[in-house]
Amino acid sequence: MPRDNGRPPPAAPRGPGIRTDLRLIAEMVEPGSRVLDVGCGDGDLLDHLWHAKEVDGRGIELSMDGVHACVSRGLSVIQGDADTDLADYPDGAFDYVVLSQTLQAVRNPRDVLSDLVRIGRRAIVSVPNFGYWRVRFGLLLRGRMPITYGLPYQWYDTPNIHLCTLRDLGLLCDEMGVVIERSLILSRSGRALALDPGRLANWVGEQAVFLLRRRAAGDGA
Amino acid sequence: MDAPSPRGAAAVADRRPLTGHHVVLAEDRPMPLDNGAEIGPFSVAYQTYGTLNADKSNAVLVCHALTGDQYVAEPHPITGKPGWWSMMVGPGLPIDTERYFVICANTLGGCMGTTGPKEPDPATGRPYGLSFPVITIADMVRAQKLLIDHLGIRQLFCVLGGSMGGMQALQWAATYPEMVYSAIPIATSWRHSAQNIAFHEVGRQAIMSDPDWHGGDYYSRNVQPTRGLAVARMAAHITYLSETALHRKFGRSLQDRKVLSFGFDADFQVESYLRHQGITFVDRFDANSYLYITRAMDYFDLAMEYGGNLADAFRDTPTRFCLISFTSDWLFPTAESRAIVHALNAAAANVSFVEVDSDKGHDAFLLDEPELHRVLRGFLDGVAEHKGLGAGGG
Repeated sequence: MPRDNGRPPPAAPRGPGIRTDLRLIAEMVEPGSRVLDVGCGDGDLLDHLWHAKEVDGRGIELSMDGVHACVSRGLSVIQGDADTDLADYPDGAFDYVVLSQTLQAVRNPRDVLSDLVRIGRRAIVSVPNFGYWRVRFGLLLRGRMPITYGLPYQWYDTPNIHLCTLRDLGLLCDEMGVVIERSLILSRSGRALALDPGRLANWVGEQAVFLLRRRAAGDGA
Repeated sequence: MDAPSPRGAAAVADRRPLTGHHVVLAEDRPMPLDNGAEIGPFSVAYQTYGTLNADKSNAVLVCHALTGDQYVAEPHPITGKPGWWSMMVGPGLPIDTERYFVICANTLGGCMGTTGPKEPDPATGRPYGLSFPVITIADMVRAQKLLIDHLGIRQLFCVLGGSMGGMQALQWAATYPEMVYSAIPIATSWRHSAQNIAFHEVGRQAIMSDPDWHGGDYYSRNVQPTRGLAVARMAAHITYLSETALHRKFGRSLQDRKVLSFGFDADFQVESYLRHQGITFVDRFDANSYLYITRAMDYFDLAMEYGGNLADAFRDTPTRFCLISFTSDWLFPTAESRAIVHALNAAAANVSFVEVDSDKGHDAFLLDEPELHRVLRGFLDGVAEHKGLGAGGG
């Protein structure tokens, strides 16, 4: 695809910055690459990637309000959802496909994950961790579905129908032949903890960001 | 009110020159048509708004719909009504004429100055009538392309339009991808549906069964099949609205009376409204043009042109697309725009898609829909930023 000849103006004066997990995702993206943001919301990440890294970005967003907001600010976004709209895209169409805080809300997380690493040379996925200690204790001690800062919904109105722990996601990636190239374990405040994914991370990480790709022939098991 | 009367018979036949630009194209060699024939030389009537910048990079081509014309943003020379997109095109409006050079040409086969069935055939000096070749959306776009070449514009900043205009925008992007930096197909489809062909057939039959049609050769008899054309317009007009819009506007209210007439006058306001739509239409439109243009829409199937796979129409396209549909449009429902979006995704194209919430039906794209205006302005601003087109159009 021909690159656009226009260059982005200096970073838009848009408040103090974007959500912490989005900033961490943005740091994983190479400048000038092609990015598909699935569940792009109001387009904060895409807008940031364009202005900060000249990224050729596209988005898919379920809510019409989000789509309108994105298109009205000049971003290339379609109304659609991860479950039905990823199948159309050809293999390797993007350098990165981003799925931020959405995997737990789709109908078929396994299919979606498989599409992410098919469409993108890399996928960047962030998920809330259901193994986080506050979640575990919420259920253990109170006997009720956990409500935390990261999972603020009541059981009857939550969009999160496929919650998992970090360990669960790691096992699924293994099983699917998806390699975790990098992982960032985030604290409740959104700070990246100096932790490798493992038992401890699965206790203290409130959420995590993973850089994923399909296992290539030379990767070994 | 009586049945539609032919009060407009003289208006269309009258050959007074229309305001605006005229150019004769395909003079050196005729333009090939999809039906195997060729046409040329032929004239194109067009209007422009704004100023073309030095590197000719700010041109926006607006494609009009079935019964539209080139008078986008100025009073219509026959009806005196405001331009059909005067809310959209103008200084400071979403298609900002202080920034963009806006071009709109009367379509090939039309009746507002571009060569069509009512214009004289250079070979005979008499109006073409039914000897005018059956044309397609691709033929219309070919003619527009000759105009754009004539204006010395190598790449259009944007091609946009609603309904048939949206078909043309899609055809432009498929046929001349390098010439289309961005495209905004609105309330349209990649092919005309069976239902839409059916409605068009009703309209054509109404025209052709009018005794004043004379097999298409009414020009020499100085009559017009105005009753048939008015009925065609009435039927079509219903398809441009929604049940909600009709109900809100008219309900079952009676027209100039308090009780039912127990006859076939226009008892109901909605009847009176439709009759008015029919009667005023014949003042400005040629019945044969209506036949030819509806046919062109019926024949439109962009996927078929590319072996049945719509995505192949957009392989490696450099164009940035923005598809727009309306929730209450049952003539070109959202599902059809969505199918185009899926094909564009499959071609890894750069595409935006917005469904605007409106109860005004297909015609919503012509009406004051703030959300549509906001989306168009935002998309064009974004495209301008990517192209490096400055705020002053330079």
